[in-house]
Amino acid sequence: MQLTVLLIILALLTVIGYQMGRSRAVASVGGRIVELHSVPSYHGFYVALWAGLPALLLFAFWGASEGWLVMQMVLSGLPDRLVNGDAQSLGLLRADILNLAHGVTTGREPDPEVVAAAERYLRLHALGDWSLLVIGCCIAIGGLLYARGRIDPDLRARNRVERTVNIALVICSLVAILTTIGIVLSLLFEAIRFFAVVNPLEFLFGTHWSPQMAMRADQVGSSGSFGAIPLFAGTLLITGIAMAVAVPVGLMAAIFMSEYASPGLRTWLKPILEVLAGIPTVVYGFFAALTMAPFVRDVGNSLGLSVSSESALAAGFVMGVMIIPFVSSLSDDVINAVPQSLRDGSYGLGATKSETIRLVVLPAALPGIVAAIMLAVSRAIGETMIVTMAAGLTANLTANPLDAVTTVTTQIATLLVGDQEFDSPKTLSAFGLGLVLFVVTLTLNMVALRVVQKYREKYD
Amino acid sequence: MSVAVTKSRYQSEEFSARLRRRYAAERRFRIAGMLAVGIASLMLVVLLGSIVSKGYTAFWQAQIRLEVTLDKQQVEERNYTAIVRQALYAQVPAATDRATRRSLNDLLSSGAPYELEAMVNANPSIVGTTQTVWVRADDEIDQFMKGFIRRDVPESERRLSDVKITAIDALVANGSIRSTFNTTLFTAGDSREPEQAGILGAVVGSALTLVVTMLLSVPIGIAAAVYLEEFAPKNRWTDLIEVNINNLAAVPSIIFGLLGLAVFLGFFGLPRSAPLVGGLVMALMTLPVIIIASRVALKAVPPSIREAALGVGASPLQTVTHHVLPLALPGILTGTIIGMARALGETAPLLMIGMVAFIVDIPGGLTDSATAMPVQIYMWADSPERAFTERTSAAILILLAFLILMNGLAVFLRKKFERRW
Repeated sequence: MQLTVLLIILALLTVIGYQMGRSRAVASVGGRIVELHSVPSYHGFYVALWAGLPALLLFAFWGASEGWLVMQMVLSGLPDRLVNGDAQSLGLLRADILNLAHGVTTGREPDPEVVAAAERYLRLHALGDWSLLVIGCCIAIGGLLYARGRIDPDLRARNRVERTVNIALVICSLVAILTTIGIVLSLLFEAIRFFAVVNPLEFLFGTHWSPQMAMRADQVGSSGSFGAIPLFAGTLLITGIAMAVAVPVGLMAAIFMSEYASPGLRTWLKPILEVLAGIPTVVYGFFAALTMAPFVRDVGNSLGLSVSSESALAAGFVMGVMIIPFVSSLSDDVINAVPQSLRDGSYGLGATKSETIRLVVLPAALPGIVAAIMLAVSRAIGETMIVTMAAGLTANLTANPLDAVTTVTTQIATLLVGDQEFDSPKTLSAFGLGLVLFVVTLTLNMVALRVVQKYREKYD
Repeated sequence: MSVAVTKSRYQSEEFSARLRRRYAAERRFRIAGMLAVGIASLMLVVLLGSIVSKGYTAFWQAQIRLEVTLDKQQVEERNYTAIVRQALYAQVPAATDRATRRSLNDLLSSGAPYELEAMVNANPSIVGTTQTVWVRADDEIDQFMKGFIRRDVPESERRLSDVKITAIDALVANGSIRSTFNTTLFTAGDSREPEQAGILGAVVGSALTLVVTMLLSVPIGIAAAVYLEEFAPKNRWTDLIEVNINNLAAVPSIIFGLLGLAVFLGFFGLPRSAPLVGGLVMALMTLPVIIIASRVALKAVPPSIREAALGVGASPLQTVTHHVLPLALPGILTGTIIGMARALGETAPLLMIGMVAFIVDIPGGLTDSATAMPVQIYMWADSPERAFTERTSAAILILLAFLILMNGLAVFLRKKFERRW
C-alpha cells in the first residue's frame, strides 16, 4: 500500500521536477534560450532524474532486502531455545512465522513465542514500509531541490543526462549476461548439493533410475537409485525419431521452396510452415497423447506388434513434425546464401536442376545445414511438453521405438511439479539433469552458431 | 546423290537412355520436394482438424428445464438442492421409487443449486413463486446428448445406466433438454466438474503474466539492442554479450523454469504459482528474442539517416531517440509481438514455478495463485473425463485464436509500416 503511494509520489515528483528544471533554465537566461549550454528540456530531464532515480534505487534495494532484514531482527529477538537449531529447523521456524503473519493456518498449535514473533514481524514490516515512504519522499524532494539549485546557463545538462542514459543502456545489455550467470550458478549450486549425496559417476553411468526416497530409513528400497543412462537413452531415441522425420522433410521442403516453387506458391507455403512453427508445444503434446499415440498403437496392434500406449514413436514423430519448420527455415537461409554464380556455372555445364542442387548447392551449403541440424537436435533434446504428455515415466533402457521410454526433460518436469521439500535428493536430481541438459544444448548451440558464422562469411 | 546420315554421339541410344534416366531423377527429386511440403501441410491439417473436430462441441452445453417452486422456508434454510430435485422429479413423473429418483439426481450438474441460489440472491422477489429455469446438466448427460455415449453399448460398459437414459428420453420428449452456447467456458474458473469448468481464470492468469513480461522485457530488450547496435564499441566484451544473447535464445525453456525455481522462489522467496514470478521468468526467456529482432530492425535503418542527424549537430543519443528509433519502431514492435506470442504459448517454465495448480478463483493480482492458458490445457488433458478432452480442445482453439490475433497484428504492422530504402 505504502509502496504504491510512494511510486505515485515519485512519478509526480519527476514530472514536477521536469517542469521546474525547464522553466528555471529558461528563466535563468531571461528567455534567450541560445545562451543555454543545453536545450531547456535537458535541464528538465536533469532535475527529473535527480528527483526520481535515487529514491527509486532505495526502493529497489529495500524491496530486495526488506523481508530478510525484518526476519533477522525478529529472529534475534527470539529465545535461544527456538533459534539454536540446525539450518532445517530454522527454516521451518521462518516459514511458521511467515505463515502466521500472513494468516495461513497450519495444523499445528503455534508456540506462543512464535505467535509473538509473527506479530513483531508484521509490526516491523509496517514500520519499515512507513519509514520507506517518508525517507523515499525526503530523498526525492532533496534531490529535486539540489538539482534545481544547480540549474545554470553553463550547466552541461545534456552531457549529464546522456551519461546516465548510457549507463542505463549498458546495464540493460548486461541483463542477458546476468541471466546466463544466474542459470549456471543456480544449476551448479543445486547440482553440487545433489552430487554430495549421489556419486556423479553413478549418476552419469548408472543404468537404473528410480528416484523415490523412502520416508523411513528401514523401508524396503529406501535408497533411490539415480543412474541416468536410461533417461539419456530415451532422450536420444526420441530425438533420433524426431530427426528421422524432421531432417528429410524439412530439408526437402526448404529445397523445394527455394529452388522449385514459384513465387506465388511460396507465398502460400511459407505461412503454412510458419503456422506449424507457431503452434504451442502443449498443443503438439495433446495431439501426440490423444491422437497420435492411440493411432500408432492401433496400427501396431493390427500388425500383430505389441505397442505401448505411450510409445516413443508417437512422441518422436510429433516432435519431428514440430521441428520441420525449424529445419526448413534455417536450411532455407543457408541455401539462399549460396551464390547464384555457382548454380549458373553448373547449369552452363549442362546439369539438370536436381543435379545442380545435389552436387553443387548442397555441398556448398553443407556446413550451414549441419549447423541447422545441430540446432534442431538441441531443440529436440530440450523440448519438454510433448514428451511430458505423450512419453512415459518408466525408465526403460531400450532401443525399441514401440516401447515407452522417458526423457531427461520429462523427469525434470515430473520431479519438480507439485510441492516437494527443496533439499531431498529426489528434487535435487532434477537440477543435476538440468545441468546435463544445459551443458549439452549449450555445446550444440555454440558449435552450430560458430559454424553458421564461419560459413556465412565465406561468401560475403 | 544421297548424304550419308551419321548419327552424332548425342543421338545415340546410350545417350538417350542416359538423358531419360537423368530426367527421371529430376522428376523424382522434384516430387520428393513436393512430397515434403505436402507432408508438412498434411500434418498441419490433421493437427488442426483433429483439434477442431474434438473441440467444437465444447462450445455447446446441455441444459435441463425445471419448474422450480421457490418455497419460502426452503429458501431460508438455503436448501436449494431439495428445491432443484423436487422440480426434477416433477419433470419425470414416471420415476416414483427411491432408487430411480436417486439416479435422477445425477442428471443435474452439482452446481445447479448454486445457480438457483445466485438467481434468488440477484432477485429476492421471486421467492414464493414458481419459475421456469434452465440449469446445466451433468457432463455425462451432455456427452450423451452430443452422441459420445452410445446407447447401443451394453449397459455394463456404458457410463450411463438404462434408468437415466429412460429419464433423459422422457425429458427430451417434453422438450425439457436443450443445447445452448456454453457461456460457462468463458466466464468461470477451473473446476473438477467439466460442466462448471471455464478458462477465464487461466486467461486472466496469462494476461497478468504477459503484462509483467512485457513491462520488463520490452524496455530492457530495446535498450540493450540500442546499446549493442548503436553505442557499443566493438571489442571482446561486446562480442561476449552478443554470443551470450544468441546462446540464450536457444537454451531450452525448461532451464529458465529451473532458474526461476532456484532464484526467484528459492533465493528471493517470492510466492509460488504467482503471475509475477511467471512474468519474470518469461521476461528473461523472451529478452533474447526481442533483442535480436530489435537489432535487426535497427540495422535496417540506413546509415545516411544517422549521418544527416549528426551532421546538423544532434548528439549520438538524440540521433537515436529522434530518428533511428522511430524509424525502427515498426520492426521492433513486430518482433516484440512475436516474442509475446511465444511467451503466451510457453508451458514448461510455468510448470517449474508451480503455476500448475488447481485454482478455482480468478486471480486478482500479481501475487495471487494463478495458472496460465497452456498450463490449463496441460492439466485438462490429464483429466480422465470425456468432457474434459472436449474442453481441452476448446481451450486450445481459444489459445490459438489469441495467437492468430497477435501474429495477425504483427503481420499487419509489418505490411503497413514496412519501408524499403
